Amino acid sequence: MPLEVLTDQAAPIVRLTDVSKTYSNGVVALRGLSFSVGAREFVTLLGPSGCGKSTVLRLIAALGSMSAGHIEWPREKRVSRFGKRHHDIGFVFQEPTLMPWATLFDNVHLPLRIAGESRKAARTRVEEVIELVGLGGFERAYPRELSGGMKMRVSIARALVTDPSILLLDEPFAALDEITRSKLNNDLLGLWAKRKLSVVFVTHSVFESVYLSERVLVMSKRPGRIAEEIRIPSSFKRDEAFRTSGEYNAFCRATSAALHRAMEG
Amino acid sequence: MDDRSSFEPKRAEGGRDRGGEPNASAAIVVKILAPLLVGLIFLGGWEAFVRLDHVPIYIVPGPLVIAHTLISDWQTLSSSLWITLENTGIAFAAAAISGLALAILLAQSRLIELSLFPYAVILQVTPIVAIAPLIIIWVRDTQIALLICAWIVAFFPVVSNTTLGLHSADHNLLNLFQLYGASRRQVLWLLRLPSAMPYFLGGLRISGGLALIGAVVAEFVAGTAGSESGLAYRILESGYRLNIPRMFAALVMISLAGVLIFLALTLVQHLVLRRWHESAVRREN
Repeated sequence: MPLEVLTDQAAPIVRLTDVSKTYSNGVVALRGLSFSVGAREFVTLLGPSGCGKSTVLRLIAALGSMSAGHIEWPREKRVSRFGKRHHDIGFVFQEPTLMPWATLFDNVHLPLRIAGESRKAARTRVEEVIELVGLGGFERAYPRELSGGMKMRVSIARALVTDPSILLLDEPFAALDEITRSKLNNDLLGLWAKRKLSVVFVTHSVFESVYLSERVLVMSKRPGRIAEEIRIPSSFKRDEAFRTSGEYNAFCRATSAALHRAMEG
Repeated sequence: MDDRSSFEPKRAEGGRDRGGEPNASAAIVVKILAPLLVGLIFLGGWEAFVRLDHVPIYIVPGPLVIAHTLISDWQTLSSSLWITLENTGIAFAAAAISGLALAILLAQSRLIELSLFPYAVILQVTPIVAIAPLIIIWVRDTQIALLICAWIVAFFPVVSNTTLGLHSADHNLLNLFQLYGASRRQVLWLLRLPSAMPYFLGGLRISGGLALIGAVVAEFVAGTAGSESGLAYRILESGYRLNIPRMFAALVMISLAGVLIFLALTLVQHLVLRRWHESAVRREN
């Protein structure tokens, strides 16, 4: 796979170097954490609860300051057409985090509205991402009328509406049932392929991380750092067959073992 | 006042689709009939007591006499009602606007909130009857003095509720706005104010009734000072003249006005929130 090698060699989209974070209450969440994410790469951050996975995402999104280290964006293509760097990051929280008083359309429109684009000007792009996540026809529904899985899709559509080059997801499907979750996982992979994004996906599920990503970064217990890295070549097509294959099981075993080592070490 | 208006989501018991319909309408009938029946029994007992015990009319008039007075004195009473309602309305509008504005100001910074909020509390906890005489002395125009009194009573629920609401915006949504580089004004308009809406409306519902109470109390204190006289003045005047039926009739009007204000504001709250807020959503279980 020459393409694979190429993206690895090319400059990463974001690089974290020796990042540490100490909260004001003295808790050291991260210490000496380093990794980078390639362009169009799908990376999962896997670790036990409280290891600082979410903190890493928040730091990448500049929603908080780090105590030491630095985060670079070597490609610096990050100034989007809005002239604001913010818009090159899409963020999906653990909760759908929708505005209950706004329709689905207005919720997805929000990032563009903040950038000063009117409903009318943004219409095509908003409708396009709503269609993309499979919610076409629900534009005028209010969040309370949607199921948990649908709300999560709205949240993803909102993250994609600015056409970011990197998507950060913080255990987005943890609260959903198994069937919905696996459907959304497949859809996310589809989106990733279609939109040519980089994805950083935080999860505490070994199976999810193996199924989704090209690279699993296993985090240690607090203070968090990257303990091990497991590569899952993208030559394995991610579908139901992969889920039941021997290779998948082997990857899961290896990842699980790495997670255990990380939690003990 | 009972908080359970007819806008409470109706819950169909049993869960059968068709069986739910008659059940629900039966529930509504009960909801109206039950309190009506209690009222009728109470009024009937009152009337019977007054008649059988030969209670003189200048001590306790019976409901029929009061109803009769309400009709025969309608001219005088309705013009007084109008004056009181006008004061209530203006004071309420002022309370709603100033309360919202102050809440927005308080939400701008912790320092402003800490420095100003205690004074709003002081204004609230000081009994209006105690300050009303001072205000009536200081302010030459009696009507304006009345309005100030009613406003003082009415504005606090709006301020405190709305301030709470402005602070209750979802934390992740705040982060999202921050991620997209939203300005303070955008956060206020697109996030904080909509989040505060249910709280603001709840505050209005309380403050509507309080505005009426404030207006009436201030009229009492002002007594005959005003040339135009509201319902409280009618009550005082009727008391001096031992025209007790008219006193009761005026009292009935004040209560009815209060109930109507409350219902109207409940309706407003329902109409504004019905599409999204849990409190206004009809549930079918």
